Amino acid sequence: MKAFTIPTPVRYGINTALLILFLIAGNAITQSGLLGRAQNAIIIQVGFFIILAVSLNLVTGYLGQLPLGHAGFMAVGAYAGALFWRAHILPETLSIVVGLLLAGVVAALFGILIGVPALRLRGDYLAIITLGFGEIIRVVLTNLDSITYGARGLLNIPRHSSFLVVYICVIISCAVIHTLMKSRHGRAILSIRENEIAAESCGVKTTYYKVMAFAVSAFFAGIAGALFAGNLGILVPANFDFMTSINILMIVVLGGLGSMFGSVVAAAVLTFLPFVLQPLADYRMIIYSLMLIIVMIFKPSGLMGSYDFSLSRILEKVIGKALSLGRDKGGKNHGKA
Amino acid sequence: MGKRDPKAPFVPHRDAYKAPIMECVNLGIDFGGLTAVNDFCITIGPTEICGLIGPNGAGKTTIFNLLTKVYQPTRGSVYLQGIDTKDMNSVKANKAGLARTFQNIRLFKNMTVAENVLVGLHNSISYGLGEAILRFPSYWREERIARSRALELLEIFDMQDIGDQKAGSLPYGAQRRLEIVRALATAPKVLLLDEPAAGMNPAETEELMENIQKINKVFKIAILLIEHDMKLVMGICEGIGVLNYGRLIAKGTPAEIQRNPLVVEAYLGKGQSDSESGGEDSA
Ligand SMILES: Nc1ncnc2c1ncn2[C@@H]1O[C@H](COP(=O)(O)OP(=O)(O)O)[C@@H](O)[C@H]1O
Ligand SMILES: [Mg+2]
Repeated sequence: MKAFTIPTPVRYGINTALLILFLIAGNAITQSGLLGRAQNAIIIQVGFFIILAVSLNLVTGYLGQLPLGHAGFMAVGAYAGALFWRAHILPETLSIVVGLLLAGVVAALFGILIGVPALRLRGDYLAIITLGFGEIIRVVLTNLDSITYGARGLLNIPRHSSFLVVYICVIISCAVIHTLMKSRHGRAILSIRENEIAAESCGVKTTYYKVMAFAVSAFFAGIAGALFAGNLGILVPANFDFMTSINILMIVVLGGLGSMFGSVVAAAVLTFLPFVLQPLADYRMIIYSLMLIIVMIFKPSGLMGSYDFSLSRILEKVIGKALSLGRDKGGKNHGKA
Repeated sequence: MGKRDPKAPFVPHRDAYKAPIMECVNLGIDFGGLTAVNDFCITIGPTEICGLIGPNGAGKTTIFNLLTKVYQPTRGSVYLQGIDTKDMNSVKANKAGLARTFQNIRLFKNMTVAENVLVGLHNSISYGLGEAILRFPSYWREERIARSRALELLEIFDMQDIGDQKAGSLPYGAQRRLEIVRALATAPKVLLLDEPAAGMNPAETEELMENIQKINKVFKIAILLIEHDMKLVMGICEGIGVLNYGRLIAKGTPAEIQRNPLVVEAYLGKGQSDSESGGEDSA
């Protein structure tokens, strides 16, 4: 019996409708004042952590490399976006879009700049060199006093990171990385993780794809950085220290390397957790470490493994079941339970 | 029959009037002080099936690595359709028409069977990054064509129904077959098979022999294989080269090789007669 499949246009229609519904509902709720200031802030924060985790997952989960400088790209994007927004050279809506794109592009350029030499290295070496890069960025930003105001902080950044802006970015990042991974380019990236020598023997330009994955990852990290800047309205280089990179990595590992859905869920959980655990604030780091240890012991592939959520697949299963039940009832009963 | 000069080309009669597809001239590589391969010369006709045999550690796999540019040779050259491959890397060598399998299987284990073949088809699909992300019509069209091509290729080994399984979950023999399909997907002119029958039972080996011959006929490509299973090598190879300590010590038809006392000595050890069954399953 042929399994039931939802035609592609219908699937796209359903997904788009649901996403728009989500955006409208979310926007209404955050605007309505139903939630407190703190809750709204958390929801926005979940948004850019999702982008950070999903973009890091591209390099860590799909490409199979371990960079430790994701906060560096975030910082570059944050300052690029913030400085552009502060200049007020465009009308607001256009300014938001251009500022975000600029943040992404500048971060992607840094990604290529770092990626070309760094990706010749593997494993620990790549981790160390990207870690160093992240720190260098932070130090440079601190010392570029005339532009960034260093440790005193860049103030008066327009607060552009509304629910709508942040979650449109979330949806675009997830969609782009998803469609990328379901293409020949995505398969090339996966093949490098699986076996680099075999990938080359199949004619996959491994260096090109490594740099590309790195650049795309940096692009979205840069956008997340700009959203971060537009949320707080103030930036200090210390926002982008090594621990930020580690936090993002922890989200990806907890969610499951190579699972976008896992990254999304873990980003939400790990951002909400400190909020919920406020009374236990002193033990926060202990709780995090315990969580990581427990997950690594009982589910080393992360909460979601490499599972990826697909609404249409679930729908197809449900409808397929219903149809086959109907058929069994309508026709002769084959004695199947 | 007299002994052949090991350096003389061997090309089957039907290919003799065609330009060779691949030529190696005095190929050699050193690893530190160790000369793993030296003075390796071979000429392969465009539709020839030939074999490379020799004891373990003789340098057979190293020759495949030299041909596919996993290693750059210390000496000598490889010509593909008359073009020097000196400046090529693995990717360019593949595009120039060389595809291979690996002695220690290198599948993309966490990808599905179909995806493994689709990676092989990577360069026969041409849509760009933007077309992929925005899902242009070209994306859908080329993906559909590539998927049906992948299934077609899997049909060679009757694997079209397991396209959705993880490659790593396949039994050993099936993994070896999948590697061949993946290599074929890159549309090679020369297919290099490194011990394709290793770990297969006699029935599987028998089937593999037929399939190698089928691939050779249907795709009209040259096949160079390394194998220890003498029944397979003697059964399907038209030309055989024998390697010992990194040097070709003999080259010729299966009959010539079986009669060659040098080969019998190097490959089977002294004291063996040059009997018909010479060297069966010696590995
Ligand atoms: N990367 C390498 N570095 C050093 N020695 C190597 C390397 N690759 C192969 N060798 C050596 O070259 C010789 C031939 O190995 P190989 O080609 O694998 O033999 P075969 O495939 O004929 O069994 C062996 O002595 C092996 O140790
Ligand atoms: Mg070998």
